[in-house]
Amino acid sequence: MVESARGAQVNSREVVLGNVRKALDRAAGLLPTTLTAPRLKIPILDRGRYTTLFGQNFEKLGGKSFFVREPREVAPILSELLQGKRAVASNAPFLAACGITGLPQVQSGFTDREALRAACVTADVGITSADYALAETGTLVMLSSPEEPRLISLLPPVHIAVFPQSRMLANLDELLAVLPNPAEQTSSMVLITGPSRTADIEQILVRGVHGPGEIYAVIV
Amino acid sequence: MGEEKGNVKWQMNQKCATIGFHANPGSKAVKTRVSLFVTCIVDQVFPQVGIAMTQVLERLGYPVDFPAAQTCCGQPAFNSGYPEEAGIVARHFLNTFRDSEYIVVPSGSCASMIVHHYTDIFANEQKTLEQARSIAPRVWEFSRFLIEVAGVEDVGASFDGVVTYHDSCHSLREMHIKEGPRRLLSKVQGLTLREMEPAEECCGFGGTFSVKFPEVSGGMARTKIESILKTEAGTVVSVDSSCLMQIQGAIDRARLPIRTMHLAEVLAGR
Amino acid sequence: MTGQPSETINQTLGDARLQLAIYSATNRLMTHRAGAVRADLLPDYQELRTEANQLKKHTIEHLDHYLELFEKNVIAHGGKVVYCSDSQEVADFVLGLAKERGAHLIVKSKSMTTEEIHFNERLEKHGLEAVETDLGEYILQLAHQRPYHIVAPALHLTRYDVAEIFSKNLGVENEVVIEKQTKIARAALREKFLHADIGVTGANFLVADSGAVVVVENEGNARLTTSAPKIHITVAGIEKLIPRAQDLGVFLTLLGRSATGQPLTVYTSFLSGPRRNGEIDGPDEFYVVLLDNGRTKLLADPEKRQSLYCIRCGACLNHCPVYRKIGGHNYPWVYSGPIGAIITPQFHGVLKDPWLPFASSLCGACAEVCPVKIEIPKLLLKLRSEVTDAQRRQGVGGVERLAFGIWAWVMTHPRIYLMLARIGGIFLPLLPKVGPLGKWASQREVPKLAKTSFHQWWKAREVPK
Ligand code: SF4
Repeated sequence: MVESARGAQVNSREVVLGNVRKALDRAAGLLPTTLTAPRLKIPILDRGRYTTLFGQNFEKLGGKSFFVREPREVAPILSELLQGKRAVASNAPFLAACGITGLPQVQSGFTDREALRAACVTADVGITSADYALAETGTLVMLSSPEEPRLISLLPPVHIAVFPQSRMLANLDELLAVLPNPAEQTSSMVLITGPSRTADIEQILVRGVHGPGEIYAVIV
Repeated sequence: MGEEKGNVKWQMNQKCATIGFHANPGSKAVKTRVSLFVTCIVDQVFPQVGIAMTQVLERLGYPVDFPAAQTCCGQPAFNSGYPEEAGIVARHFLNTFRDSEYIVVPSGSCASMIVHHYTDIFANEQKTLEQARSIAPRVWEFSRFLIEVAGVEDVGASFDGVVTYHDSCHSLREMHIKEGPRRLLSKVQGLTLREMEPAEECCGFGGTFSVKFPEVSGGMARTKIESILKTEAGTVVSVDSSCLMQIQGAIDRARLPIRTMHLAEVLAGR
Repeated sequence: MTGQPSETINQTLGDARLQLAIYSATNRLMTHRAGAVRADLLPDYQELRTEANQLKKHTIEHLDHYLELFEKNVIAHGGKVVYCSDSQEVADFVLGLAKERGAHLIVKSKSMTTEEIHFNERLEKHGLEAVETDLGEYILQLAHQRPYHIVAPALHLTRYDVAEIFSKNLGVENEVVIEKQTKIARAALREKFLHADIGVTGANFLVADSGAVVVVENEGNARLTTSAPKIHITVAGIEKLIPRAQDLGVFLTLLGRSATGQPLTVYTSFLSGPRRNGEIDGPDEFYVVLLDNGRTKLLADPEKRQSLYCIRCGACLNHCPVYRKIGGHNYPWVYSGPIGAIITPQFHGVLKDPWLPFASSLCGACAEVCPVKIEIPKLLLKLRSEVTDAQRRQGVGGVERLAFGIWAWVMTHPRIYLMLARIGGIFLPLLPKVGPLGKWASQREVPKLAKTSFHQWWKAREVPK
């Protein structure tokens, strides 16, 4: 079965590519004409303002943001947010540095897929760091890695991202300038811009349809 | 020709120094002749639009002529999927207006047909293509001619009442005519312009579309009329008679006390 | 004549509730878009459109190169590429894989490409369960309907319709509160996500230099589809390629704004290959199905191939006054609105639904908002002439052709024109079928021919005053 399927694939590959070449009247192996440089527009802004701008945009989307000066100020905020809740935290070193993994409500240190998934299914809150944040759109950028699995920011109904201000970028274009080829770094990069939402029924906005309906950003 | 004399007289009566600078910079005397292409629909159904346009142009001191062999631009066939038949008519147009310096048209749609689509039709006929290319810059939709060639916004017209302006699709999106007619209207004594929302949505005419899909086309016209009604304007103005025919037809069917007028008719009013 | 449009058009026009639903939804989407591309917020909007158009043009014109580059990079990241000529091959591939892996449950996130090939039905026939997870698509799957709109698939349904569909299919009580309906769906689909063996998504972009699949969405269902199951299959048309990850700056800036007015959709996933060493979650297997299904036919025409630039933002539908009247289901294929009107005839042949390219007033609102600047009205005109040509070859549509032939002859013989004009017969040959005046009059009053034509007026005044 697989063999024949593979056989068919090889065949279809030639058929499809052949049809493309025929339609374009191009021979195999021809290189394209050169392409102009990518258009990336990075505003020149006072970096100090990024955090404020991020906060404004993040809140406009329905998120809530906190700014603290020191890592040690993070844990009290989280304790507050986590009252009466159970949370799963990622293995990002920054979370440990902020003392989050030590909080009693927080489970962390997962290395096994099934265990992680089971914990995420029942947790009220998922806590992650963020690799970057985009000021212009209030976006969190998450690169999945052994420290930062995908499901923590996805399965629990609440997502809290804690990250240092140094990860703040101006916009999408700056992210693409910093990471010209994200595939070299990670198998999955996700841009998160606001809580999960839908407007599929009567165009009425509802939050938290599949992903978290509440998101928080704590910027150190 | 007879009307030339009349034109000279008009010129004397007008303050020529302020107008016509494109045609004849600095000259107070003779202006370049303009040729009218009134379009088949104005010729047959709305001649008053052509008459009004003639009046406005002559008052501004332009000698006006009317090449008598003119018929249609060919758009009905082109839009119905018959480019060849459209080409036959287009060629006739090109011949009729070969020597005209300014061709003024009371329709953004027909002007666009000549300016934009003749080159598509004749893409493979080098000689005719050249002709089409050479005529395109000489074709002027009426309101644009007034503003860009004659250099006037105030033509000395007056009108009593509230009007709303309908952006006809081809004028707006193919010819980029949006502000011009509004500027001209804003200078008309006694006229109040009240914008409908949205002014840019199609009235549903679309040539043969209006009879191939009458219910859809009619529905679109009714939606347009709803927007018009909200302005409480008594008159709808546009630069395309075909749209006005559609809108007026639906207004009359609904027995509403609203009338449609071509911009030229408003500007000819005193 | 040009074939018969769907008879249900008049039903749609006569359904006041439906008309209101379509109007308010498209109005809202138009307002959102307009707010997001305003010159003060996005000053280089027009340049971005030009850039997007140029990038797509370049990619499409060198598509074989970018397909191979993409393939190479997917393989480099541990994924596999499967080329398929048609829907049968896609089904065969997925069924083969499912059988080999012992998979039964497939979760899907919104993908027009899989709608195109009736993916779910095919799999269900072989005992697999394929569940749509986008809320709108889920509702439609339960109701056995196809999407009404490429971005807002269920825009024609009200909360009451949804309540009925849910109580019939999910055994829940009649629930008309939208928030609660959403919760019901969330709970039902959460179960599916956690037990699914395979996740199938479409792609908004395939990035050649990275071998990556880019998926944009708001709900999180695509993220779940690509993160929870052990196998992720992307099914995408070959036209979805873009050259470089950095080009996403242009495309993502335009896509969200044009579709729903969002500067970025809630989730943008950039996926390249299965999970890597040490990663705790993510799929073990990563496949990208590159589907032709007729696209190379479109590619062959240098002018019409621009139809393949489409990034499925739906803006042309929202702005189309015809779509806004007739809705999505009166179009013959899954792609509705202006984009549907230009690609359907190219996929299916112009004679299958010859009326389709004619169902437009050519107002041009679509082209004005299209983020990749597809010249939709121009292509409609081209398709119209292809319809009449094909009909001539088939020996049909002769009456209309003859009428236009006569009309052209009259219009090039001014004397005849004037003579006919005097008896009011000038527009008669123009009209496509006996009774067009009646069709006009069914909706509007017929204008009266003027007593004196302009020609006559001019002639009379030529006498010196
Ligand atoms: S044709 Fe243009 S406007 Fe329409 S869906 Fe495609 S990209 Fe959007």
